[in-house]
Amino acid sequence: MTATTEINNIISEENLVYKKTSVLLDNEMHYCPGCTHGVIHKVIAEVIEEMDIQDKTIGVSPVGCSVLAYNYLDIDWQQAAHGRAPALATATARLMPDKYVFTYQGDGDLASIGCAEIIHACNRGENIVVVFVNNAIYGMTGGQMAPTTLDGQVTATSPYGRDCGSTGAPMKISEMVSLLPGTRFVTRQSAETAGAVRKLKKAIRKGFENTREKKGLSFIEIVGTCSSGWKLSPTQSNEWMKENMFPYYPLGTLKDE
Amino acid sequence: MAKFKGAIVVDTEKCKGCGLCVVSCPTAVIELARGVNGKGYHYAHMANPDACIGCSSCGLVCPDTVITVYRAKAS
Repeated sequence: MTATTEINNIISEENLVYKKTSVLLDNEMHYCPGCTHGVIHKVIAEVIEEMDIQDKTIGVSPVGCSVLAYNYLDIDWQQAAHGRAPALATATARLMPDKYVFTYQGDGDLASIGCAEIIHACNRGENIVVVFVNNAIYGMTGGQMAPTTLDGQVTATSPYGRDCGSTGAPMKISEMVSLLPGTRFVTRQSAETAGAVRKLKKAIRKGFENTREKKGLSFIEIVGTCSSGWKLSPTQSNEWMKENMFPYYPLGTLKDE
Repeated sequence: MAKFKGAIVVDTEKCKGCGLCVVSCPTAVIELARGVNGKGYHYAHMANPDACIGCSSCGLVCPDTVITVYRAKAS
């Protein structure tokens, strides 16, 4: 049997182990090659499919690269003003308590302009899931410094490296919100390896299960990459993230009640 | 000899050639092609198909979800 015939024999419906979920639309993603957003979209879509909640899920998309998330996930979406996704999600979740409401926000959106909204939504313990993608930079606008940018990190607006003396230290949002009594589940994950993606999927599923059980707010931070903003290749970005981001933003669950 | 034989199918036109599947593959099956797709990206393909064990690591880390994975028991 030749190699090609053997491969053709393997490629059949009964041997299928991994395919694109039907919750993800066929639209081509506009993200740069290697962007973590693509992986996170996929994981959320897979969780929605597994829990069979496609017609009950409402996403709130932010301002940032992921503003166009509604083009990729086949669920109901709202689009919030910059940083205001938790406020919009609060209203949605209170008016429709049987729905699964989640916000999808980047660090420029959540940690900077939307800092007040997220802190108060966490403090009130709204019954929502917050997906927070932290890549230490403003990606969409061209790689400017964000509140989560690391000390000494070179960005478009900190060309000599971030100076924490004048701009403050990078904000550890997960640690901040884990102190608030309203949050039930606070975790920090990543998505650079298959194992990390599986862990992330478990975390997001737990978030949606908390929503179903009306437990309150689940906060899932994902340390991700921005290869365009960091001016590195996708694989180099992952290495840079492991070396520099993980020591400052350690992975793991901070709170689970 | 591996217990499983695997195979992947890459939607080459949608692949952006980021190479994350290449580094995620535990058996070094995937490489980026010398040729390019319609968008000019060097798409991923199975360069060493005999080594594939169908573990799905490439599918899981692919940001554009262009990889479908199949696995069968080795004969």
